[in-house]
Amino acid sequence: MNGGGDDDEVVAASADASPPLQWRFSQVFGERSAGEEVQPVDMISAIEFDHSGDHLATGDRGGRVVLFERSDAKHSSGARRDLEETDYPVRHPEFCYKTEFQSHDPAFDYLKSLEIEEKINKIRWCQTANGALFLLSTNDKIIKYWKVQDKKIKKICDINANPSGAVGNGTVANGVPDANISSLRLPVVTSHESSPVAKCRRVYPHAHDYHINSISNNSDGETFISADDLRINLWNLEISNQSFNIVDVKPEKMEDLSEVITAAEFHPTHCNMLAYSSSKGSIRLIDLRQSALCDSHSKLFEEPDAGGSKSFFTEIIASVSDIKFAKEGRYLLSRDYMTLKLWDINMDSGPLSTFQVHEYLKPKLCDLYENDSIFDKFECCISGNGLRAATGSYSNLFRVFGVSPGSTETATLEASRNPTRRHVPVPSRPPRLGGMAGRGSESAAGVDGNSNNALDYTTKLLHLAWHPNENLIACAAGNSLYMYCA
Amino acid sequence: MSMTDEPLYPIAVLIDELKNDDIQLRLNSIRRLSTIARALGEERTRKELIPFLSENNDDDDEVLLAMAEELGVFIPYVGGVEHAHVLLPPLETLSTVEETCVREKAVESLCRVGSQMKESDLVEHFIPLVKRLAAGEWFTARVSACGVFHIAYPSAPDTVKTELRSIYSQLCQDDMPMVRRAAATNLGKFAATIESAHLKTDVMSMFDDLTQDDQDSVRLLAVEGCAALGKLLEPQDCVAHILPVIVNFSQDKSWRVRYMVANQLYELCEAVGPEPTRTELVPAYVRLLRDNEAEVRIAAAGKVTKFCRILNPELAIQHILPCVKELSTDSSQHVRSALASVIMGMAPVLGKDATIEHLLPIFLSLLKDEFPDVRLNIISKLDQVNQVIGIDLLSQSLLPAIVELAEDRHWRVRLAIIEYIPLLASQLGVGFFDDKLGALCMQWLQDKVQSIREAAANNVKRLAEEFGPEWAMQHIVPQVLEMINNPHYLYRMTILRAVSLLAPVMGSEITCSKLLPVVMTAAKDRVPNIKFNVAKVLQSLIPIVDQSVVEKTIRPGLVELSEDPDVDVRFFANQALQSIDNVMMSS
Repeated sequence: MNGGGDDDEVVAASADASPPLQWRFSQVFGERSAGEEVQPVDMISAIEFDHSGDHLATGDRGGRVVLFERSDAKHSSGARRDLEETDYPVRHPEFCYKTEFQSHDPAFDYLKSLEIEEKINKIRWCQTANGALFLLSTNDKIIKYWKVQDKKIKKICDINANPSGAVGNGTVANGVPDANISSLRLPVVTSHESSPVAKCRRVYPHAHDYHINSISNNSDGETFISADDLRINLWNLEISNQSFNIVDVKPEKMEDLSEVITAAEFHPTHCNMLAYSSSKGSIRLIDLRQSALCDSHSKLFEEPDAGGSKSFFTEIIASVSDIKFAKEGRYLLSRDYMTLKLWDINMDSGPLSTFQVHEYLKPKLCDLYENDSIFDKFECCISGNGLRAATGSYSNLFRVFGVSPGSTETATLEASRNPTRRHVPVPSRPPRLGGMAGRGSESAAGVDGNSNNALDYTTKLLHLAWHPNENLIACAAGNSLYMYCA
Repeated sequence: MSMTDEPLYPIAVLIDELKNDDIQLRLNSIRRLSTIARALGEERTRKELIPFLSENNDDDDEVLLAMAEELGVFIPYVGGVEHAHVLLPPLETLSTVEETCVREKAVESLCRVGSQMKESDLVEHFIPLVKRLAAGEWFTARVSACGVFHIAYPSAPDTVKTELRSIYSQLCQDDMPMVRRAAATNLGKFAATIESAHLKTDVMSMFDDLTQDDQDSVRLLAVEGCAALGKLLEPQDCVAHILPVIVNFSQDKSWRVRYMVANQLYELCEAVGPEPTRTELVPAYVRLLRDNEAEVRIAAAGKVTKFCRILNPELAIQHILPCVKELSTDSSQHVRSALASVIMGMAPVLGKDATIEHLLPIFLSLLKDEFPDVRLNIISKLDQVNQVIGIDLLSQSLLPAIVELAEDRHWRVRLAIIEYIPLLASQLGVGFFDDKLGALCMQWLQDKVQSIREAAANNVKRLAEEFGPEWAMQHIVPQVLEMINNPHYLYRMTILRAVSLLAPVMGSEITCSKLLPVVMTAAKDRVPNIKFNVAKVLQSLIPIVDQSVVEKTIRPGLVELSEDPDVDVRFFANQALQSIDNVMMSS
């Protein structure tokens, strides 16, 4: 019966230039067996593909970073993509576990009497060099720069000094058996296998009074930013003891505080541009060339004031939880509590399109506020070709939308081995009409509530990432990493 | 046998520790690589040690950095210049690692080795290395390549020279911004080795590429290249090619680029010569002084004196001075501070009349700035103005401001003023000093902040040095000694400190007659801290006064203190007594 719903969607979207994708389960890591209790420290809190898509990193609440490596033959040729589009069975990217390391440990700030959680908030990949992988990871306060490299396991033989002699008082007989210079030999190193070793190269501490919510590296390959609730700092990767404050929204009196920074990201190609979002639902684009302190934005993106009814929750749900630039940097994706929005950075009058993620929750905002779920920060991601975007919801569901002009493609998937197992019935008509679609969903959700599929606010899919050049989504459901391909 | 045994064992250990698990031991071995090489001899160093190092290059960065450094001075150990090329392979791998400081050190060592190599060896070994690095798969190799061209180029045959130039020009257009940055950084060095015929064509086109780069970080390094390139070109070529670029850069969209221009403009002026400076660069500089980004104004303001020096006074007064006036009331304290740190230097450039007319009001307004750094920067350069406008005018107009600062709220400002008092005193002369500043010096001895009191005590000593014991007897010593009666022990301690500093300057007689009695009285103080400081002071007085005085006054005093109930007092008293004994023994 689930298949039926699927077919409806296909029919509805079949007029599109690119046919809707059929999402299939690909892989799972750390799957939870039935009845197994999820340890809080194992909850995944960050996911990120590297630029090539050959590596995937996840961070968890326990401060660990786990790396996965693509194990299938890389297929980058255009021909392969053509095949995919004509829907031939193709091999999809497969990943295997590579290594893991403890990136952050719990710490205590004695000056402020604050515990600093080890939870990894964000991971960003840096430029690869000499076959070594580099990444930045951050918790609430401290950013670290990691190098992961295959190190050969070495065995050293051909030692000059007899070890026993070295410990003893160094009598000649013991030390060097055949004592003349020609007998001195350099150690011979034989290496057998190699294994990945992670090494912390730099720590960037003490730059944030508030919790870090984003890090993002610059296309110039030498700088990155870190953003907390009120400030954005600019760093040089090589210099860990100084950073420059480029945005400071802290008002003179904290009582005047009305807006905080929720996410920040560098433009993918223009080294001087970056965007940051706020709790009031606006996104600001700033140009680092204009001045050293970029408190004044060059562009402001806001939903035009609809003038409609405002409720207590209007402002809370307007808060942007994540922003992502599309690959070329012209389009910008943003997620707030109820919607996913696509912006054209050349058009600041309003979003190009708005997608309702879980409209059926609208009547339940009060409950969601009561149990704090309304403050959940859902991430969003956009495909490498910029045609589709995905974002998460409750009950471990995530939704994929076609964002290219005219596309009506939508899909709702569950992070499980059978992603189409159950559905929150979502109307198959284009969802971008906003408010109008709400009514239908509401009743649908009611139906849903009657069945076994009651929405579960505790299983939320916050973190997900889209492979940079394949249709592959990696998403975190609790402690498990699920991957879906199409 | 035993002759070689002794040094052999430590060397064997050193060699083994090249591969020890403990990084500290490996580091130690690498640092003593020359010892190992000497032991092995030149041939085995070439055939075994160097290949060994080439193979074992996946060590920790600290070890690699040390290795890169050692190899740079390793030519003598491999058998001299004719074998220098064996050092290239290990340095080549080191120059491709991902840690920047290791790469930079390896490139430095490559250059050092390369610059000693014979021309034929360079062609055979060094130039292929440059080409390999430049074609490297990872950006790290290509970054390093940019830094070694200037060594390879001069010895290359003509055809290879052409090739090297074209390789460098490719590096200037590399995909990776890091490589382009390295190319921009090293362009000046490379250009210096290129024949002038190619300078105008090949090098200028590379330069053009870099100046039009999308990445701010590349463009701003290209600015740095401007000055270096400009100095290589004939003045007229420089005006034709470099000047427009500079003028363009001074209006770049990116403030960081403009900031670089502001920092470099002075050198650029030297490169283009005086006439174009007047016509083209003065307007550019004025624009930078009025830039809307404070960082740019800071950089520009900091160069104002240097810039004025290469202009004639009229131009400076006409164009630069109005900007300086604006900057003195700039909204950014850092701009004012940068201006204050250099503006005094403008006085000699402008001459007396212009200084009095134009600069003095600016000095005065900066002296009253609300930001202490600004005020301090002015005061620290007062002597420069003194030479131009003379002491009378200076004291009339500036002294009130200085007196005001002497009572500044910020103790760091007061501290800075105190440090300049001896200098001021020497310039103002005794008469003037007595009137205005004498009282202040006494006041500081009773400052609330310990650092100020400490500095004040030191100041009293320096004044005594400056004006002599006689003057000090009249104007300092009585006032200082009076303060020993202060009810607060911390202030009394300051006086003890001042006494111990004054004593060597005042000489034996005054010390015995005036200072010593005061100290002896203080030995009866009720506060132990005063008493053990008395012990310390007495100890310091021992070498100054006569032995008879030591025996008659100091020793009994100390003996009494050594029986004090307080342990610290006893300790320092005994120490002082001991040093009396030591002096007696030696004499």
